Amino acid sequence: MKVSEKDVAYVAELANLELTVQERDAMLHDLNSILDYIDLLNELDTSTVPPMAQVSTHEYASQEKKHAIPCDASGEDILEGLRPSLPQDLALANAPDADGTFFRVPKVIER
Amino acid sequence: MDLHKLSIDATRTAIQERKTTAFALAEACYARIQKEDGQIGAFLTLSKDRALEQADRIDRMAAEGKQLPPLGGVPVAIKDVMVTRGVRSTAGSKILDNFIPPYDCTAVARLESAGAVVLGKTNCDEFAMGSSNENSGFHPVHNPRDLSRVPGGSSGGSAAAVAADMAVAALGSDTGGSIRQPASFCGVVGLMPTYGRVSRYGLIAFASSLDHIGPLTKTVSDAALVLRTIAGRDPMDATSVDLPVPDYVAELEKPVRGLKIGVAKEYFGEGLDDEVRHAVESAIDKLKSVGCEIVPVSLPHTRYAIPTYYLIATAEASANLARYDGVRYGRRANGVKTLPEMYRRSRDEGFGAEVKRRIMLGTYALSAGYYDAYYLKAQKVRTLLAQDFKEAFRTVDAIVTPTAPTAAFRLGEKSNDPLAMYLADIYTVTADLVGIPGISVPCGVTKEKLPIGLQILGKHFDESTILRVAHGYEQAA
Repeated sequence: MKVSEKDVAYVAELANLELTVQERDAMLHDLNSILDYIDLLNELDTSTVPPMAQVSTHEYASQEKKHAIPCDASGEDILEGLRPSLPQDLALANAPDADGTFFRVPKVIER
Repeated sequence: MDLHKLSIDATRTAIQERKTTAFALAEACYARIQKEDGQIGAFLTLSKDRALEQADRIDRMAAEGKQLPPLGGVPVAIKDVMVTRGVRSTAGSKILDNFIPPYDCTAVARLESAGAVVLGKTNCDEFAMGSSNENSGFHPVHNPRDLSRVPGGSSGGSAAAVAADMAVAALGSDTGGSIRQPASFCGVVGLMPTYGRVSRYGLIAFASSLDHIGPLTKTVSDAALVLRTIAGRDPMDATSVDLPVPDYVAELEKPVRGLKIGVAKEYFGEGLDDEVRHAVESAIDKLKSVGCEIVPVSLPHTRYAIPTYYLIATAEASANLARYDGVRYGRRANGVKTLPEMYRRSRDEGFGAEVKRRIMLGTYALSAGYYDAYYLKAQKVRTLLAQDFKEAFRTVDAIVTPTAPTAAFRLGEKSNDPLAMYLADIYTVTADLVGIPGISVPCGVTKEKLPIGLQILGKHFDESTILRVAHGYEQAA
């Protein structure tokens, strides 16, 4: 068995999941069965194969547009330029708990 | 005139010529949804106000004698993984049960700008993770061709809505086959464009190096028209590519005679149902009879695609789904005392079993000590899969395969065996991993009258050719 009960508990913690006892048992079984299947990949010698880093075979935006943008960090994602951000009331509209200015969460720091 | 059986172009023309109105057509679709969808379950949310307002705008244009845009008044359905401003968008998950997005997905906005009437949001496997629609956090979808069967997944609601004439066309998303496999199961056309061809802005992310948006339609020509409408660079999606968008509809007119069509033996091996094999072989004969040259090709790493996919897709999903923490939007558990407890309990309550399974697998594959053995290994095998296709496309223009190894299976048949369910995508995942386009077009039915799909795969950014082959087959069949 590749994955132990201890691994399931550790990975659940990393993934911010609690999982019930039944869910942990099922997960132990399912993860081991899927990972056994994934072992198929070990048939392949990939020691000289580079990992895929880009899916697309093309430049995402044209060189012309890239050069038109000043090199600042915020322009990095949107090559065509900056855009207005979401207004605060809209950004807060779906919050489970907000006070009109901030998202409210349970206390983080003990005093 | 049976309005809801019309193609996109015939719908627009009927409205333009005042034979009907967009408003009446939308109402007719809603009446049909009211009548049929109780037993199918394709829709999660209807956007009636938004639809009728748009229909009214189109009708005013028609009344004033103005030329209608290409999708003027055409009723469409949108998979609920695409966000719609002011209209609940859940991704099929309880964790987004009450989420009302503040903006529109680019693909949806482009359809509406071209005149489409958005009827509502369609059911899907939770966060598009599944091959049968049984993983929806709300209710499963039943296949309109046989209600005891699944519609496929994860875009099962979109495929079912089109197959049951509740919408003229629909948008779906494809990460491992989620447009093409349900199209095959429901007997409609489903197109996954090249990675980067269509903006994913506003697509609720599953696996970012694999997610694609594309159309589900009744005809290949309709798929070409929807693609032409939604394709092209979008400043809001850094992965959308700045290449000119061809007129895919006009390109359909080019003859298929002389095209070289590859057939790979790896797609006809163990696990392929005999009736599906027979239907696909007949379709290949048909392509030959219209002048295509059939050429054997080899894609030797095909059997490694599913394990590769389930490492990369789950690793990316585990990162993408970390955002559901109960802070800014989505479900928050009640009565929690601490922040970590809030995260864990909100996610425990909000996510379904398959989503948790994939988050766990992906987190494991990325965790310290396992990264090289799993994620990195998978990305290397992905390179080998891409090389297979690069080599094959040196000699052929397109490759044809079955879309799925079987026709639609029964509800409950595979739902307790994740691995068996994963294998339903065995012929579709590779195109997602490699980033090439693929289309599924109906190619007959089984003895039980269940639809079968023919898949056509093409070179990067060469949707024109696969649409042409699909159209050529559709016309000949």
